[in-house]
Amino acid sequence: MSLPSSDLMAAIAATRFGLGARPGEIDAARDDPRGFLAAQIRPAGADQPQGGEDSAQRLAEVSDYQMQKRDAKATGEAKGPVVKDLQKDLKDQAGDDFLARARLGATTDAAFRERWALFWANHFTVSATSLAVGSVAGPFEQEAIRPHVFGRFEDLLVASSTHPAMLLYLDQAQSVGPDSRAAQYQRKSGKKAGGLNENLAREILELHTVGVDAGYKQADVTEFARAMTGFSVGRPKDPSPHRFLFRDNAHEPGPRTVMGRRYPQEGQAQALAVMRDLAASPHTARHLATKLAVHFVSDTPPPALVARLQKAYLDSDGRLDEVARALVAAPEAWDPVAAKFKTPYEFAISTWRSIDAQPSGIDKLAPVLTGLGQKPFSAPSPKGWADEAQVWCAPDALIKRLRFSEGFAAVVADRLDPSLLAQTALGARLTPAVAKAMARAETRREAMALLLMSPEFQRR
Amino acid sequence: MTAQASPQTTSRRSLLLQAAGLGVSVSFLGGSAFAAADGAMARRKLVVIICRGGMDGLTISPPIGDPDYAALRGAVAVAPDQALKLDGTFGLHPALQSVHALALKGQARIAPAIASPDRARSHFEAQDVLETGAAQVYGVNTGWLNRTLEVMGPSKVEGLSVGATAPLILRGKVQAASWSPGKGVDEAARLPTLLQDLYKADPLMGPAFARGLETETMAQAAMTALNPAPAPVSTDTTAMNTSGMTPQVAAPPAVAQAMAPTAMTQDARAIAGQRQGREAARKLGATLAGFMVQDGGPRIAAISLDGWDTHAGQVGQLNTRLSYLDAVLDGLNTGLGEEWRNTVVVAATEFGRTARVNGTGGTDHGTGSTALVLGGGLRKGGLIGDWPTLRPDALFENRDVRPTLDMRGLFKGVLADHMGVDRAALETRVFPDSADAKPVSGLV
Repeated sequence: MSLPSSDLMAAIAATRFGLGARPGEIDAARDDPRGFLAAQIRPAGADQPQGGEDSAQRLAEVSDYQMQKRDAKATGEAKGPVVKDLQKDLKDQAGDDFLARARLGATTDAAFRERWALFWANHFTVSATSLAVGSVAGPFEQEAIRPHVFGRFEDLLVASSTHPAMLLYLDQAQSVGPDSRAAQYQRKSGKKAGGLNENLAREILELHTVGVDAGYKQADVTEFARAMTGFSVGRPKDPSPHRFLFRDNAHEPGPRTVMGRRYPQEGQAQALAVMRDLAASPHTARHLATKLAVHFVSDTPPPALVARLQKAYLDSDGRLDEVARALVAAPEAWDPVAAKFKTPYEFAISTWRSIDAQPSGIDKLAPVLTGLGQKPFSAPSPKGWADEAQVWCAPDALIKRLRFSEGFAAVVADRLDPSLLAQTALGARLTPAVAKAMARAETRREAMALLLMSPEFQRR
Repeated sequence: MTAQASPQTTSRRSLLLQAAGLGVSVSFLGGSAFAAADGAMARRKLVVIICRGGMDGLTISPPIGDPDYAALRGAVAVAPDQALKLDGTFGLHPALQSVHALALKGQARIAPAIASPDRARSHFEAQDVLETGAAQVYGVNTGWLNRTLEVMGPSKVEGLSVGATAPLILRGKVQAASWSPGKGVDEAARLPTLLQDLYKADPLMGPAFARGLETETMAQAAMTALNPAPAPVSTDTTAMNTSGMTPQVAAPPAVAQAMAPTAMTQDARAIAGQRQGREAARKLGATLAGFMVQDGGPRIAAISLDGWDTHAGQVGQLNTRLSYLDAVLDGLNTGLGEEWRNTVVVAATEFGRTARVNGTGGTDHGTGSTALVLGGGLRKGGLIGDWPTLRPDALFENRDVRPTLDMRGLFKGVLADHMGVDRAALETRVFPDSADAKPVSGLV
């Protein structure tokens, strides 16, 4: 497969692999488009957005809020100002987290690195289904995902599966082995004994590792869930408050069998051994390779591309930096046809990037993304946000994108040169039809809205 | 076209925006070709509600008379004195008051042990199977409602989703539109026209954009049709008063606080929030009804309701979700008015949940669940399908409610008897490979 011209490759590097071109970005990539991307891969992982509190501090605040709320309830008074303030603080902090991440996306020079991090954050989705989880969705990404995105997948999997945000989001923190010491003690003292919750175990198999068609059975899910009992979060009085805690007394004793392999280990070593094998499975290599190819290149990716990524994963023992290099090197990834349709987040971020700006506040950003169907930190399920054009290119979504583009242009277009903007944003991907329509536009605003709504800008 | 939206319209829009924030979305297909069809059949309407996440049938229609129910369910069982009685065995969850009132009139029935043909207990596979109507998960990427329209004849079709994404059940050859509340776009303005030119060569964006513009017009009518005020209808949809970067009506608090958790706690504010949520959900149902009662309006619609995956804290969560479901149904029922007797509504989920309560006050992924069937033209009757009971030896894999009815059989029965879809086409094009799922007959 032959490669496009270096002009076109430079435009593809900034728009398909990155988050949309900032002024000068396409020029910077022109000499060596693939080298431009490969240089962004680094062992230290992804960049960190302007940080707030860590997850333990946040969960301490949540616990404080819940206590104050209980006290207020006990005294029979309505939610006082203290409780309301605490709740507002938590929500504001989550908003700050999201804004910091969006600003990093809008301003970074290493946008491929950032897109790579966003892919893994979506792969290990944590969605704000409760105030507690919403409070740690941002810290989760900073602590469990970003440091590991160019390391070994196994480390990323373990970091995600032992992070309080994930343990709370998928109900693992309270899962108790039916024959564990904790359950036996509860039964003896006449209390209701806790039990198993298989939510996280199932999603690790189905979504995070081997994938739904790997041939595991319900019994494998249940066995893995038993192995995972004890993976929990420290309470305020525990030795590690608000951090990962392995509760040995909640762990189901005995060996387990998952997908035909026996795990005689005791304690937390058991589930970690299962995860190690899951990470090494060819099913996982295939599942991840397919998802990456779909995310970066096409909803129906060329089998040769999937095979390359799968091979890079297996040959390197699941090293994600090697997989990233294989993606950049693959000729199939540079197909001139822009098959991908931007998600609302990608569309919004690329809009700010095109004019070298960043979103000013969460109050500007959140309503836009919510209206376009991608509410911050609120993926509809553990599967994360969809990646298919069919989902995002819906009639109403296009009308909404048009309104956003018109609003955006109304604020910024009057001080811009539209034809320069088109070159900045699309480079060699700009088509004569769009250039002509922009040249004939009645106002700068109309020209800019046309650019933002053009198929070339909406796709990548 | 004027730029004055009436206050009622504005508040309706903001309520609907809240509904979008609740994880509720609407889609519809239908069209003017149907208007040319003959006789009473031409007025027949179908609404499918997909409850995503695995809705617990044993909570929506608790079998309080089943001797094993209370023990299996423990703390998450619905108490016998709380359930709204249906018959000697079944009741409805107390949040389903509107549904119960309809049931007493013979206009709502339950199918308590229904399932799709998928047994994988994966949300995503099972939702795909539910929406594609296929016997197994892969290889089909069109929705059965879309194929229904195909076989009902060539038509100009509308489709709409509040929530800005297109659900699989509506995807396919027939272009579905989608809509959610917000400021409209002036079709006569230059930009849409210029863009339509640019989209000519784009197979995805061209049709979607054209449908989006058309739907705006219909939306205006739907919003104003429900306004009690006899004020002159404002059809302007531009009002592009761009004072900021937010391209929409001022977002209501529920949306502006994009971080607001969807799981609600049971304090006073949550109850107030739930009341507001119910009202938003009711308006959503009523607005959809407003679309459907228009001449040439859609006759087939789909609604998505998220949030049924109750692995923990099930009681409170289902209380909220069921109250929204009830509100959407109430809005549809009242909004359709006279047309209710020509309408069938089916609410279904991808799978049920475990018969036993799990260790965390919730339930895990199961198999059989309850579907609700409602409509003004339903024939009186009891359960749809058999009740396998909850005896230990009757449970599927010693774990779940055993399904006695294939979801496709219910859908085929409704499409044939109520919508008049050709039976041969049902078997070959809408639900291929479904010979072992016999159509449920005699519902209408």
